[in-house]
Amino acid sequence: MPDNSIVVDRLSKKFGEFTAVNEISFETKKGEIFGFLGANGAGKSTAMKMLCGLLTPTSGKATVAGYDIASQSERVKRRIGYMSQKFSLYQDLTAIENIRFYAGIYGMADKDIKQQSDRLMQRLNLVDYANVKIEALPLGWKQKLAFSVAVFHRPEIVFLDEPTGGVDPVTRRDFWEMITQTAAEGTTIFVTTHYMDEAEYCDRISIMVDGKIEALGTPEQLKTNFAVSTIDEVFICLARPDANKTN
Amino acid sequence: MKKFRAFVKKEFYHITRDWRTLIILLGMPIIQIMLFGFAITNEIKDAKIAILDLARDEHSTVLIDKILANDYFKLEAYLTHSREIEPVFRKGKVKEVIIFEPGFGARLEKEHSANIQIIADASDPNTATMLLNYTQAIIGNYQAEQNELQHLPFSIGIHSEMFYNNELKGVYLFVPGLIAIILMLVSAMMTSISITKEKELGTMEILLATPMKPAVIIIAKVIPYLILSFINAVIILLLGFFVFHVPVHGSLLLLLLEMILFILTVLSLGIFISTATSSQQVALMASLMGLMLPTILLSGFLFPVENMPLPLQLISNMVPAKWFIIIIKGIMLKGVGLAIVWKETLILVGFMAFFILLSVKKFKPRLA
Amino acid sequence: MISIRGIGKSYGKIQALKDINIEVNAGEIFGLIGPDGAGKTTLIRILTTLLLPDTGSAQVMNLDVVKDFKLLRRDFGYMPGRFSLYEDLTVEENLELFASIFGTTISENYHLIEDIYKQIEPFKTRSAGKLSGGMKQKLALSCVMIHKPGVIFLDEPTTGVDPVSRREFWQMLHKLKQHGITIFVTTPYMDEASQCDRIALIQNGQLMSIDTPNAIVEQYKDDLYAIITDKRHGLLQDLRRYESAKSVFLFGSHIHYTDKQTQLDKPALNTYLQAHGHSQIEIRKIPPVIEDCFLALMGDLKEDAHA
Repeated sequence: MPDNSIVVDRLSKKFGEFTAVNEISFETKKGEIFGFLGANGAGKSTAMKMLCGLLTPTSGKATVAGYDIASQSERVKRRIGYMSQKFSLYQDLTAIENIRFYAGIYGMADKDIKQQSDRLMQRLNLVDYANVKIEALPLGWKQKLAFSVAVFHRPEIVFLDEPTGGVDPVTRRDFWEMITQTAAEGTTIFVTTHYMDEAEYCDRISIMVDGKIEALGTPEQLKTNFAVSTIDEVFICLARPDANKTN
Repeated sequence: MKKFRAFVKKEFYHITRDWRTLIILLGMPIIQIMLFGFAITNEIKDAKIAILDLARDEHSTVLIDKILANDYFKLEAYLTHSREIEPVFRKGKVKEVIIFEPGFGARLEKEHSANIQIIADASDPNTATMLLNYTQAIIGNYQAEQNELQHLPFSIGIHSEMFYNNELKGVYLFVPGLIAIILMLVSAMMTSISITKEKELGTMEILLATPMKPAVIIIAKVIPYLILSFINAVIILLLGFFVFHVPVHGSLLLLLLEMILFILTVLSLGIFISTATSSQQVALMASLMGLMLPTILLSGFLFPVENMPLPLQLISNMVPAKWFIIIIKGIMLKGVGLAIVWKETLILVGFMAFFILLSVKKFKPRLA
Repeated sequence: MISIRGIGKSYGKIQALKDINIEVNAGEIFGLIGPDGAGKTTLIRILTTLLLPDTGSAQVMNLDVVKDFKLLRRDFGYMPGRFSLYEDLTVEENLELFASIFGTTISENYHLIEDIYKQIEPFKTRSAGKLSGGMKQKLALSCVMIHKPGVIFLDEPTTGVDPVSRREFWQMLHKLKQHGITIFVTTPYMDEASQCDRIALIQNGQLMSIDTPNAIVEQYKDDLYAIITDKRHGLLQDLRRYESAKSVFLFGSHIHYTDKQTQLDKPALNTYLQAHGHSQIEIRKIPPVIEDCFLALMGDLKEDAHA
C-alpha cells in the first residue's frame, strides 16, 4: 500500500442510538488534496477524529500512513499533523515560541528545530516579528503560521479541520496556495470545510450528508454527474433535492 | 410605557428560562440560613466547665450539685484560686467557669443578696451565650425554690463575663449579615452580569441602534432583580423568625423600606460595574472580589469592625453593607427607629446617588 | 438616501477608514465588499450611529449620523454581523420585543415580513437559540424589518451560512427591495457582488472602486487567462517564476494569469511549461470576475503605497 496514505473501509461511529458516521469508505493517495465536505453536523468532525486516533470506531477499519487507527493510534499520531480553526496557536506566545513548542512535542532534535524554525520564519516573512505575540498578528498570517506549524515535523498526512473558518476570501486564497505547495512536496492533505467553493482547490472531494458519503470524485466529475456548474449546486442537489426547483 | 413593559417582560423571561440560576438564587438564602442557623444552634450537651467555689458552704454546694445534675454541664476541674481561671481557658479545657464569692451562703442568709460570677469562652460566641443562659436559668430556679421558704426574698447577683470576644455576637446576628450578603450577591452580581451579557452577545449593539433610551434599558433590567432580591430578603426574615426565632423588635415597615434602599444601592453598584466592564467573566470577578469579600470581611458580619486595625476600619466605611448591617441590627434587635439610624440611612442614599451619577456619566449611547 | 463624505476613523495608530465617500440611491441594494479587517464593520457602525467618525460626515435619510442620532435610530434597521437576538426567547417573543421597542405591533407591518416570517412561523414557540443558521437569519431579518425602516444595514449577513441559506437570503433581499427599501449590505464573498445593484470594493480602510458590478468588470484592463495542466500542484510556482508573468492567482483548480505583454505569447508560455514537466497544457482566455478585479485593484493599491 505505498500509494494510499489513508484507507477507510466501512467505518462507523455510533453515539448511543445516534449514528454519526455511517459505513464510510474511501482512499486517499500520497500527495493528494482530499476535501472532506459536508454541512455542519454531517459527521465530518467525528470521522476526522477517528482518523486522527482520537476516537475509537464502533465498526469498520481504517489505516492512516499504514497503521491501524484503532490498535496503533499512537503510531498514527506521530505521522500526522493536525490543525483546527479553534485550537491552533497560543496567542500569548511569539511565533518562534509556538513553533518550538510544537516541534518539541513531536520530539524533534533541538538542532533541527533551530535550523528549520529559522528557515520557516524567513519563508513566512516573520523575521521582523520574531518577538511579537501571535495575538498581534493579522489573521491571515496566523493561519499560515498555524498551518506551517502543523506540517513542521514533516508528517505524511496533515488533517485540517475547517482551517479557513472566519477567514476572508483573499486570505483564503493565500492559504490554499500554501496547501497546494505542501501537497506538491508529497504530503497528503485531508481537509474538512463547509465552504463549498473551496472544493475547487481539491484534487478529489467527498460530500457527507447525515453520516454518509453521498458523493466522491474530482470536482469536475461531480459537476458533470449532477449536470451543474458549481460544487455549491452539487451540494444543494444532495442536501435539499427540492431546493433547486423553487429557484 | 408599553416599550418599558415589553422590556421588563423580556427580563423576566430571561430569569425564568434560566431555571438553574433561578433555583440557585432562590434556594441559596434558604440553604445559607439553614447552614448558619443550625451550625450555630446545635444542642449543648456535656459542656465542660470549671468551678471556683471560694465559699464552700451549704448554699454553694447545693447549687453546684444542681448545676452538675443535668446533662448540659460536665465538671472538668475544681479550681482553688482565681489565678487558675485564665490558664484553664487558655488550654481550651473548659467553656465556662462559675465562681462563687467568699461567704456566698452566709451573705445570702444575712443580707439576702450574694454574687456569682460566670465567665464564658466567647471565642465560640454562640455556645457561650447558650451556656450562660442555661447557667442563669438553673441559678434562677434555685433562687425561686429558696424564695418559697423565706419571707424575705434572696437575690443572687450574676456577673457574667465573656472572654476573648468582648462584643458578644450572638445567635441572632447572622440574619442581618446574611441578608446583606444575599442582597449583594443577587442584586449587584446578577445585574452586572446580565448587562455585560448583553454586551457580550451583541444584543446591546442592536438595542443601542434602536430608539430605546439607555436609561430605560437599564431600569427595565434592574426591576426583576429588585423584586427577586426583595423576595429573598423576605424569605430570610421569615425563616429567621419562624425557624430560629429571630425577632423584629422595631418597625417592620421601616425594615422593609431600608431593605429596598439597600437593594437599590447595590443595584446601582452593579450597574456601575457593568458600565466599567465588558465581559461577564470580568463582571463576575469584579463583583466577587470587589463586593463579596469586603462585604463578608469588612462589614462587621464576621469580625467586629472595632477590633480591626485603623486602616481597615477606614476602608470598612466604604462598604455599604456595613451601614446596612448597623441599620437592620438596630431595627431588628434593638427596636430602634429612623430617629437613631437616620445617619446610616443617609449614607446609603449617598452611595446610591454616587453610583447612579457615575454610571450615567460612564454609560455612552454608542459603542466604545 | 445615504451620503458619506470624507469619513475617516482611527483606533489608536491603526487607521480603519480613510476618506470614504459613497452615495447610496434610494431603493437600491448597495454592497460593500472586502476582506476581514477592511473596515466594513466600522463604516456600518458609523452609519448606524454606534460609532463617531474622526473626520467627515454622513447623512442617512437626510439625518446626520452624529447630531441627529436619536431621531435616526427610529428609522433604520440594523443587523450586526453576529446573530444578536435573544436565544432564550422564542421566535415570536423576539419579534414582539422588537415590535414594541419601536412602538409598533407585529400585525401592523406583517405584510412587510410575511414572505420571510411565514417560513419560520411554524416554529414560533421554539427558542431562537434552537433554530438552524438559516432560520436564525430569517428571524433576524424579520426583526430588522418589523418597524418598517426606510433603510436597512446588514453586516455580513451571509458569512458562515450554508450555500442554500445564502441563496435564499439574497432572494429575500430582492423581495424587500421591491417594497422600496434601501439595503446597505457588507460581504466578504466576492461572488455575491452580482446580487447587488452597485458595489464598493474596500481594502485596508480605503475604497478602491464604486460602480455597478458589470462596470467594474469592464474596467479590468488586462487580458485574463485560465491555465491548467496535469501537474496542478507545481503549476502555481512555475508560473510565478515565469519572466513575463504579471499576476498569478490560484482560482480553484485553475490558475488565473495575466501577462506583462499586451499580447500573450502563448507558444512561449507553452514551451516554458513543457520544459518544467507540464503536459496537457490548457491556456484559455476568460472574462474576469469581481474577485479578479479586486485582486488587481489591491495590487494597484500596493504599488501606490510604494510609489
